[in-house]
Amino acid sequence: MTLFLEQLLNGMQLGVTLFLLAAGLTLIFGIMGVINLAHGSIYMIGAYAGTYVAATTGSFLLGIPAGLAAAALTGIAVEFLVVRQLYDRDHLDQVLATFGLILIFNQAITMIFGRQPLFVGLPEALSGSVELLPGLFYPLYRLAIIAVGLLVAVGLYLLINRTRVGMLVRAGSTNREMVRALGVDIRLLYTAVFALGALLAGLAGYMAGPILAVQVGMGEQILITTFVVVVIGGVGSVKGAFYASLLLGVTDTALRAYLPGLLRQVMVGPEADALGAGISSMGIYLLMAIVLLIRPKGLFAGST
Amino acid sequence: MRTPITTYLSLAVLLVLLVALPTLADLANYPAFTSVATRVLIYGIAAASLNFVLGFGGMVSFGHAAFFGIGGYVVGILYQHYSLGEPLFGVFPGSNQLLVTVPLAVLVSGAMAALIGALSLRTGGVQFIMITLAFAQMLFFLFVSLKTYGGDDGLIIRRANELGDLNLRDRQTMYYLCLTIAVSFLFLLWRIVNSRFGNVLIGLRQSERRMAALGLSAYRYKLAAFVISGMGCGLAGALMANFLRYVSPDMMHWTKSGELMVMVILGGVGTLFGPFIGAGAFIMLESLLAAWTENWQLGLGFILLLLVLYTNGGLQALFSRLFRRDA
Amino acid sequence: MSFKGSLLALAATALVALPASAEPVKIGMITTLSGPAGYLGQDIRDGFKLAMEMEGGTLGGVPAELIVEDDGLKPGNGRQIAERLITNEGVKLFTGIVFSNVAGATVPDIVDSGAFYLSPNAGPSNLAGKGCHENYFVVSWQNDSLHESAGQNATNLGYKSAFVLAPNYQAGKDAIAGFKRYFKGDIVGEIYTSLDQTDFAAEMAQIRAAKPEAVFQFHPGGLGIAFLRQYQQAGLAETVPMVVAAPSMDGVTLAAVGDAALGLNVSSHWNSDFDNPANAAFMKAWTAAYDRPATYYASQGYDTALAMASALKATGGSLDDPAAFREALRKADFASVRGKFAFGPNQHPVQNWYALKVEKGADGKPVLKTVGQVFEDRGDTYAAECKM
Repeated sequence: MTLFLEQLLNGMQLGVTLFLLAAGLTLIFGIMGVINLAHGSIYMIGAYAGTYVAATTGSFLLGIPAGLAAAALTGIAVEFLVVRQLYDRDHLDQVLATFGLILIFNQAITMIFGRQPLFVGLPEALSGSVELLPGLFYPLYRLAIIAVGLLVAVGLYLLINRTRVGMLVRAGSTNREMVRALGVDIRLLYTAVFALGALLAGLAGYMAGPILAVQVGMGEQILITTFVVVVIGGVGSVKGAFYASLLLGVTDTALRAYLPGLLRQVMVGPEADALGAGISSMGIYLLMAIVLLIRPKGLFAGST
Repeated sequence: MRTPITTYLSLAVLLVLLVALPTLADLANYPAFTSVATRVLIYGIAAASLNFVLGFGGMVSFGHAAFFGIGGYVVGILYQHYSLGEPLFGVFPGSNQLLVTVPLAVLVSGAMAALIGALSLRTGGVQFIMITLAFAQMLFFLFVSLKTYGGDDGLIIRRANELGDLNLRDRQTMYYLCLTIAVSFLFLLWRIVNSRFGNVLIGLRQSERRMAALGLSAYRYKLAAFVISGMGCGLAGALMANFLRYVSPDMMHWTKSGELMVMVILGGVGTLFGPFIGAGAFIMLESLLAAWTENWQLGLGFILLLLVLYTNGGLQALFSRLFRRDA
Repeated sequence: MSFKGSLLALAATALVALPASAEPVKIGMITTLSGPAGYLGQDIRDGFKLAMEMEGGTLGGVPAELIVEDDGLKPGNGRQIAERLITNEGVKLFTGIVFSNVAGATVPDIVDSGAFYLSPNAGPSNLAGKGCHENYFVVSWQNDSLHESAGQNATNLGYKSAFVLAPNYQAGKDAIAGFKRYFKGDIVGEIYTSLDQTDFAAEMAQIRAAKPEAVFQFHPGGLGIAFLRQYQQAGLAETVPMVVAAPSMDGVTLAAVGDAALGLNVSSHWNSDFDNPANAAFMKAWTAAYDRPATYYASQGYDTALAMASALKATGGSLDDPAAFREALRKADFASVRGKFAFGPNQHPVQNWYALKVEKGADGKPVLKTVGQVFEDRGDTYAAECKM
């Protein structure tokens, strides 16, 4: 039972990290209609900038503003210099341009920081584990990630449902032309949404630093999974992204944790393990395929 | 539609140049260029197949590397069974005959495209992009965990397939084989695009509702196009397996699907020659820049970015604007 | 230096350079420089270059030109670069490939063209046994040996049970098979992780539940960094000792993981603290030239250059007589930074394997210390299948 609860927490932690990325991506997609492949690069930039500052100053806290600022500024620059030119273009042009951006960012990071992954330690206060239930120890840092992720989710909910900006965002994701026709300064809104998405991606990147490896290419690994989340949740829907992230995180973790064991009941050892791993890698794609076959527009299409 | 005589003329000149290319490469003391050109032709076939659904049919598939990989693996697996003398599933003997392996590769990838297409075409838009990606990734992970066929390390095909007395290891022979196939394939595509089927397909991209009003089943036409396109990619994959004499799950990774897409967009979506131009530009850029500096990705990134921002419609559009300004 | 002295030096240089004529020997280095694994290729290249620079831009006194190209970890690119270098540049001597899949596509073509290939890293089994070739030499190791030594190390350390983990791909499966071949205890759990997986929390929970005496894991590069960090964060580092092979813990990984690596048991064929003159010279030059830790990749690049140099010296820089060059290479007449080194019947190394442990160094930072020997004069399991 404790093992199951621990795996559930693991799934949630993976889920909220995905949510931080997916929220931005789905907004950018839903409101501006832009497929932004460079979202993963912004996650990487957040991780690099934050980790670098944390390593030089020795303070984990100082890394947070650095990572967030670097990511948000990169986001604004990308929007201003590249994406702005592509709003009226085909999705395919956006794909090609942002693919070019991935190459540029990866190489630039390599040239600035070298090819070696960066080191980052855990903040002292968050380095231990806590006993949540008798026998259930859980790393404090991961709990902190879950907490931050949930806070961001609540904040986004309030922002979208309770503020004027949120109203525009909601209007923009359902009917882009209408908002423009109403005379709202759509450009400013676009830049703001892009910056917000980048900020969240940078936060996700910086928080992942102590757990994963801060290295070139870390963005592409998670980008595809993030797109899966966005599509399962329904493009443009932050609520959908939230539920889809958790669903995906928990499914992925559960498959990895329990599938090989289940297969071992019916097959011989090593083959079961290899097959189990194969299927659990496919798991999230299988999940997406099934969801789309039943609900072609995703789970929460049309609601923000 | 009346095709101007100049178009035929320039096509003829192009063909002569392509036929003379290996000789020119040898004369220029740069024989390896022939192999680069072979690679361009093979990727060109794959990109043109993708362009058929993407450009003409408006279906943005992000999983075409799956068919490319399957085509390659059919050749690789048949060769492995042939060289080990163990029949596949205990029934089918392996083969190293090009005339067996390549058609089979085309058929198998066509069948796979029928399956994937039948399911994926129930969605549209971004969902279609992602679901095709999903199927390709599933196949990728499947082949990664298939230890019998080398798993992640891939299969080495020690000897190229046989085709009569031709030596397919020879650089020029392989080039001419690929050139012949590429030209025939392009001709076939041209016929399809200009047939009634092609017109319906293009009509569907513009307005599915209008076509439905005409009593045409969009789903069936799209599926047929998807299968044709998958077969083309399988053909390219089978050629690639013979050219590299090696297949690996790399061939079906999502980055390969992405590269094919980049080639199509780079060359010009929905044009006949665009994908070949795109494949050529992408491969040449990649190899030229990589030979020049180890920071080649930076250069490639900027070039792609500038191309998108300042040419509307890819390289082909750029060329036609440059050379036919008065037309 | 006096005038006479300079003249003598000049004459000496001329004499050494004479047999090689004016044309330097071209060496094609196809390696992976981009992407997360870029540092592997970078270190191999820089190790190789270092050996050349220490001999004044020559290899064994023969002027040499190193042509480096990035394969981007794409087998097709590797093959294309090889073909271009063979046909256009007339390169007859190759090295550099980091990954087995690139080697699989590229090496057969190189050796079939009559050129030589010396592997500074990958030693896949399909080229070690039946697929061996007289022009193919491996200076590093056969892939399986890495993990076999880890298995033996775990046995030597007296662990009775182990939990094993590796990514679900060929190299991962080979790693676990190799470990099991020499581990005498029980395997209480076996997990294949996903190649694109970065979060190992689910696995950590399973390890804790299985209560093994030791954990063996194979996760090269960034995967390994993530794994070790999470292992420590899960509180497992203090309770369950870990045994790994060299690829999961090199100098770069160590710097990125930091204290989370303390206590780790590593088995390797080389370590920076090896006490032999060749290694002392290498470490001194490396530390002077580069501002980063020396990895075993760098040592392999360096050794590959030395191996080439020994053969080039013997043939006076000529590759015109392949048989003579091959004979000279087979002798392995160079001072390896690993100490003892010889080529086995399949032209893969016969060498010692050592047990290393991660400990706190003098400056408080963790370092790899050599603590014992695992295997002596060890070849590989595929040598018997190779018929040359």
